[in-house]
Amino acid sequence: MRLIGRAHIEAVLRPAAPIVIALAAGGLILALLGRDPFAFYAQVVRRAITSQSGLQETLVLMAPLLLIAASLIVSFRAGLWNLGVDGQFLLAAVFVAAQAPGWVERMPYWVAVPALFLLAAAVGAIWSIVPALLRAYQGVNEIISTLMMTFLGLSTSALLVKTVFDDPDTAVPQTLVLPVAERLPRIADSLVHIGVPIAVIAILVVHYVMTRTSFGTRVGIVGHNPAAAHHFGLNVPRLTVGVLALSSALAGLAGAVEILGVRGVVRADWHPSYGLMVVPLVFLARFHGVVSILFVAFFAVLVIGGESASRRADLPNHFLLIMVALILLILALVERTAGRRAEAL
Amino acid sequence: MGTAPAHERGWAPAAPSLLLSGITKRFPGVLANDAVSLALHPGEVHVLLGENGAGKSTLIGVLSGVVRPDAGSVSVRGRTVALRAPRDAIGAGIGTVYQHATLVPTLTVVENLMLGQRWSAPMRRDAAIERFETFARRLDVRIDPHAPAGDLALGEQQSVEIIKALWRGESILVLDEPTSMLTPQGVTELGRLLRRLANEGLAVLMVTHKLHEVLEIGDRVSILKRGRLVAELAPAEFKAMDRETAIATILAAMFDGGNSDAAAAGSVQPAAARGEAAPMLELAHVSTRPHGRETPLAAVSFTVAPGEIFGVAGVDGNGQQHLAEVIAGQRKASGGEIRLSGRDVTHQSVRERQALGLRFLTDDRLGEGSVGAFSVALNLVAKRVGEAPFWQRGVVRQERIDSHARELIARHDVRTPGAETPIAKLSGGNVQKALFARELSFDPQLVVYHKPTHGLDAANTRAARDLIRRRAEAGVAAVVISTELDELIELADRIGVMYRGRLIGIVPNERGAEATIGRLMTGVTGGHGAGDA
Repeated sequence: MRLIGRAHIEAVLRPAAPIVIALAAGGLILALLGRDPFAFYAQVVRRAITSQSGLQETLVLMAPLLLIAASLIVSFRAGLWNLGVDGQFLLAAVFVAAQAPGWVERMPYWVAVPALFLLAAAVGAIWSIVPALLRAYQGVNEIISTLMMTFLGLSTSALLVKTVFDDPDTAVPQTLVLPVAERLPRIADSLVHIGVPIAVIAILVVHYVMTRTSFGTRVGIVGHNPAAAHHFGLNVPRLTVGVLALSSALAGLAGAVEILGVRGVVRADWHPSYGLMVVPLVFLARFHGVVSILFVAFFAVLVIGGESASRRADLPNHFLLIMVALILLILALVERTAGRRAEAL
Repeated sequence: MGTAPAHERGWAPAAPSLLLSGITKRFPGVLANDAVSLALHPGEVHVLLGENGAGKSTLIGVLSGVVRPDAGSVSVRGRTVALRAPRDAIGAGIGTVYQHATLVPTLTVVENLMLGQRWSAPMRRDAAIERFETFARRLDVRIDPHAPAGDLALGEQQSVEIIKALWRGESILVLDEPTSMLTPQGVTELGRLLRRLANEGLAVLMVTHKLHEVLEIGDRVSILKRGRLVAELAPAEFKAMDRETAIATILAAMFDGGNSDAAAAGSVQPAAARGEAAPMLELAHVSTRPHGRETPLAAVSFTVAPGEIFGVAGVDGNGQQHLAEVIAGQRKASGGEIRLSGRDVTHQSVRERQALGLRFLTDDRLGEGSVGAFSVALNLVAKRVGEAPFWQRGVVRQERIDSHARELIARHDVRTPGAETPIAKLSGGNVQKALFARELSFDPQLVVYHKPTHGLDAANTRAARDLIRRRAEAGVAAVVISTELDELIELADRIGVMYRGRLIGIVPNERGAEATIGRLMTGVTGGHGAGDA
């Protein structure tokens, strides 16, 4: 089994064209706005990759993104659109933030941390049960039901932070802060905490399971052809619930990693909506785990570097979102023309 | 029944309004239409009869401009027309009523009829209402033009669809299986309506696979089989026959008794009845619940001996789908019992039945029989995901899957660039060979074959039938469900006939069986040879 084969190289090159085109289009917009596009991109790279602290920030940002990517890969490969990842992420983060200070005090650290991860996974998984059962046994479209659970999750999280989990000593509604010393251990004196390699390993494991195990094959059959799955004797409802549970557990883990590794606290108004941003990346990678790492890295570079470059170019921070949108638009167009050409042959 | 048909009123047979000449259309792996020539005359209701897969929908596609034929021409009133898109067909005066409803349920009848008009010359609403009323009078129907289309009864919706097809003054009306959703009363009403239209001088073509509709509604009958027009009965001829003769003639043409490629290639006679062995498969009063448009089963009972080939005949849509699924375990029986080698499997899953030696070769090769994007190799083990030796402790052993695939591909002569080729890239015949290979591996005891040679060319058909027979001789029992009577006559020891969800008779495959089966297929019980064997 080769690690980098021709198929992998193709998988990276195919979406590379739209990215290059999008970067060029973004550069054009910058030029029209009177900014120097080369200076902009140079600053992105300088800040996010070549600068020590910037590179560390990029890597740290990748941790929750990779776990969410893993979560989406699991469900998308089954043809299930788990758009509830943001709700699962936030609710799990809130529970972990609320329990972490207490558990870390009461238990040995190496017991508390895995326990908190389990808590996050469980909260995430529970948050998908209703849409999962509705889809498995009633055929209810999970795109809508999971999105609704996200709305519910966001409000529930805010409610919990403002009431049950509120730190009474602070004016702003937030959970008890996990002291920096108790957060996930760092690697070699840098900002990069062990959550980062954990996330990388997680997505590699997910990729392995999806491509090399019987579970992964079953998921693939359901995703490609549910009628065939039924014909082959697979228990489709049970697989549906299982896949959504696994997917949302991973989203919950992303929340845990963000709290335990970086923030240590949840404010009532916080919801980073990482899920929405990772969805297109996972599509670009065609649900391939290893390739997803590259796209998540690329995105993290854009976020960290783009923040600094936007400030220098005197542009609003959201400019990088324009870049992401351009990439998606152009990718869709490229896919369409490629598809049309293939049909015509 | 209203005014008498055109030819009885002494009109001379009119020149055709529409002429199809030599229409040929190929799709990957299948010849859908093979040099079909058809004429539609004004004043006639022309019924095109054929089984599913015979090429009817493709022909409709050609007429409505949706499908471009590979060869042949269409001419309307003597002038050749190029139908490159539906608007060309409409422009040529051809109106099509499709099998599935095209009305927007939330818009009113009039709004639906006004859809699709040229934005440069729209019709005003009151003009549209007036026009609708004129049509309604012509067809003798009473429908409120301001009613939302979704509120109408199915028969009324159909009438609106017909009006929609004739809205721009079309004079040729084509209907694709218009009766699938109608009650028997609705079918009679439709027949009356089509008769009225024909009497006004329209040329009407109705496509169906139901025999009794042909007898009830048609003036002229054409029969399509495997893409070719195999028979045509002109109005004079058809009306002169009594019901019995008409049925016999049509069935003979559809099922080609005695003229088939199979007989010509020298088929082997089915094996004589087995001895006293315990049955391999037993169905006792098995029923299923209605679901979707397929006919459910009503207390079906039969047995299959080891090594026997039990044929299931019947016009398509009389319960065969449910029968195949309930035996395989894909559909729950709502009543009755199923026993495999004496063991009650009624509540066992697909996988459990497979482990006991039951296999199911589905008719839907690419829909449920395989995953098109997956390799041939993976499809060949797709019913054994997780099982040894292909998976060990949950992890895939790709080399074992590949070597197994290579062996099956060689043994069954599956033409593929490689075992890793996505199976959707193979021709229909080779996909079928792969599915045969899959189902017949690992020591099957009984195989349910659902339309095993459907859509295959002559060579592959021959190979498939030989395979079924050879395996039966080696002890693999078979239930062969087929709408091709000649196939069942060639292969089966006994043949059961499905009609409206019931197994209304079991006929031993001996001299005269065809005629008996033919009658049973139209629901006529009684007569010699019929009855449970």
